[in-house]
Amino acid sequence: MTEIDQASKIGEIIEAYPADQRFALAALQDMQHAFNFIPEEGLAALAEYLGCPQAQLYSMATFYKALSLTPKGEHIIKICNGTACHLRGAMNLATELKRDLGIEPGQTTEDGAFSVELVNCLGSCALAPVMVVDGNYHNKLRVEQIPGIIESYAEGVTDHD
Amino acid sequence: MINGTERILVCCGTGCIANGALGVADAIQKELDARGLADDVKLDVSVVRTGCSGECEQGPIVRFMPRDLMYYRVKANDAAAIVDSLEGEPVQKLLFKKDGQTYEHMDDNPFYALQHKVVLKDVGVIDPLDINEYIARGGYEGLKKALTMTPDEIITEVEKSGLRGKGGAGFPTGRKWRTAAGYDVFPKYIVCNGDEGDPGAFMDGSTMEGSPHAVIEGMIIGALAIGAEEGVLYIRDEYALARDHIQRAIDAAYEAGILGDSIMGSDHKLDLSIVRGGGAFVCGESTALMASIEGRVGEPRAKYIRSVQRGLFDHPTVLNNVESLASIPTILRDGGEAYAQVGTERSKGTKVFAMVGKVKHTGLVEVPMGTTLRTLIYDIGGGIIDDRPFKAIQTGGPSGGCIPEELLDLPVDFDTLVEYGAMMGSGGMIVMDDRSCMVEVARYYVDFLCEESCGKCTPCREGLRQMRAILTDICEGRGKHGDIELLERIGRTMQDASLCALGRTAPNPVMTTIKFFRDEYEAHIERKECPAGVCAKLTQFAIDPEACTGCTMCSRACPAGAISGGRKETHVIDPHLCIACGSCREACRFNAVLTERRPA
Repeated sequence: MTEIDQASKIGEIIEAYPADQRFALAALQDMQHAFNFIPEEGLAALAEYLGCPQAQLYSMATFYKALSLTPKGEHIIKICNGTACHLRGAMNLATELKRDLGIEPGQTTEDGAFSVELVNCLGSCALAPVMVVDGNYHNKLRVEQIPGIIESYAEGVTDHD
Repeated sequence: MINGTERILVCCGTGCIANGALGVADAIQKELDARGLADDVKLDVSVVRTGCSGECEQGPIVRFMPRDLMYYRVKANDAAAIVDSLEGEPVQKLLFKKDGQTYEHMDDNPFYALQHKVVLKDVGVIDPLDINEYIARGGYEGLKKALTMTPDEIITEVEKSGLRGKGGAGFPTGRKWRTAAGYDVFPKYIVCNGDEGDPGAFMDGSTMEGSPHAVIEGMIIGALAIGAEEGVLYIRDEYALARDHIQRAIDAAYEAGILGDSIMGSDHKLDLSIVRGGGAFVCGESTALMASIEGRVGEPRAKYIRSVQRGLFDHPTVLNNVESLASIPTILRDGGEAYAQVGTERSKGTKVFAMVGKVKHTGLVEVPMGTTLRTLIYDIGGGIIDDRPFKAIQTGGPSGGCIPEELLDLPVDFDTLVEYGAMMGSGGMIVMDDRSCMVEVARYYVDFLCEESCGKCTPCREGLRQMRAILTDICEGRGKHGDIELLERIGRTMQDASLCALGRTAPNPVMTTIKFFRDEYEAHIERKECPAGVCAKLTQFAIDPEACTGCTMCSRACPAGAISGGRKETHVIDPHLCIACGSCREACRFNAVLTERRPA
């Protein structure tokens, strides 16, 4: 995405809302969705539109987990660490991912292909442990299945039903 | 109007979708189309994608109505057999079987037989995206009745029902409404708390997915009672499906003239909208939630002035949880007294629980208040996986506590468990067996809360950090004499001095595990031993040569390649390669993996 594209997309997102502080979170979430992170230009533009200090939006961007100030990877791997998943070995999944990708939860691989996140309960406790890659659920996952799953995404295989 | 006289209900709750339910629904539809049955007037069959039918463990679930045939663990390639059975014999391999018995109907299955559904009565039965199906089952009847009543009469009905806030706090809903109705400051707001953040809990998410109109109807009735003309549903970021269903239900309600400038042709008005949460656990707290709706950082404030007086945008606001609101339509339609027939003296009606962990039949259940934990775990849940010994049940998420075996016969309601230092909470129930380490569980919750504490007040922010440091030390073999007492002191300070309920209840997992499982803490500290064999730094694994059958399950499960041994040979763990993750113990079907204290 070029700078001009980004700027016009930011404008489009912001102007979809009335200039009222109560829509700040929604606008930031839309930016997160559009760019996979919140660009600094986005914070500045929104602050100007709402007439609030940029620091106030910065504090929101760092407070809410759904928002990120750094770009995320192309594929986002979420390991559920809700209680049920934790009891059924979620942390072992994280260890295995570190072995395969060389990154800890919260990090992105150098080539920008994968981000790993340890997330709170996804509400699929009955199927624990759960790992979600790009929105596809992998249920009752065993550690030894992980390398194959990673490989399939790295190769661009998207059919995971 | 209900679609079809022959209904094939395919559970499309989050759990079943994760198990491939959408593919199953499509395959059945294709099969019907291919046979020309989809347009068969005589048979009038339709595939209905419903909300969560409860027994997620056995999903995807398909149910025939009105015959009430229930199929479990259905795969897309079962579609032909399922359609065959529309007018024939049930597909035997898809029926629920237990102890040599086969169960054809939902209500024969013990998982469902002991339940009593009020909030979930339509969840798993109707197409949540079709307002007419909700109306055909008595939906919006409660609202119709409420429109003929005065606000005072509505509130009196809710008071009679004895309904208390099902988010866990148990505050009487009628009293909250009456207080808010008493303020002559406008505009007023009604807010639905759909920020279900407790790990291990998915009651509200499933309710919003499976019966969104019940939540909306409850909000409209609440708005009439207090005089609000705007309402907001604050729904958790992670619940994409729930948000989608609620949004579509709101749109349908506007179209049907149920929301908007004239509610069902009356001169009352109400607008509803969704605010998507930002992924912060603390936003489930009332004042933090309202700050988040206002477009600010979700930090709680001190409650010298209650939200019912000055809440959202400093105006009178009623905040109710999803499950409470979804109970309201039934209360209005059938009367408060009818609702109060079920439950205990001080906790009326039913409660929805998400029962997960090491229990055989995990899933969503709704039972009368006062049901015992033993009934929940053993009669409904079918007992512990592999019939291992029960150790504890964790209720109420990070604000709740761990309850031991000796308290399993206590009735579950708002008050009883509190007397024993635990709480019912919002409805998350996590069952733990002898392979769960209670110190590690406490550390897990404290770790979770450390991340989620907003950091505004010192007792919560610093107390949690210190607790995490001490608990990590204990789990890793650096625990020292006096640590338990120090944890208790920090915990009491947090309970007394924290600003909001998150901080005040944050020590509960630590305090209850110390109270009921002190010996486990002592084993970690004094003997540097983890009795459950979970804490990696204190545990080593070995294979019992007598019990090992050489099935190779453990070596295949080992992520570190530490297990050697061919088929039908006794396997051996190399302690230098072993990372003590416990995968081999989980994989072994012969109890051949032993744990012992790791020498220092």
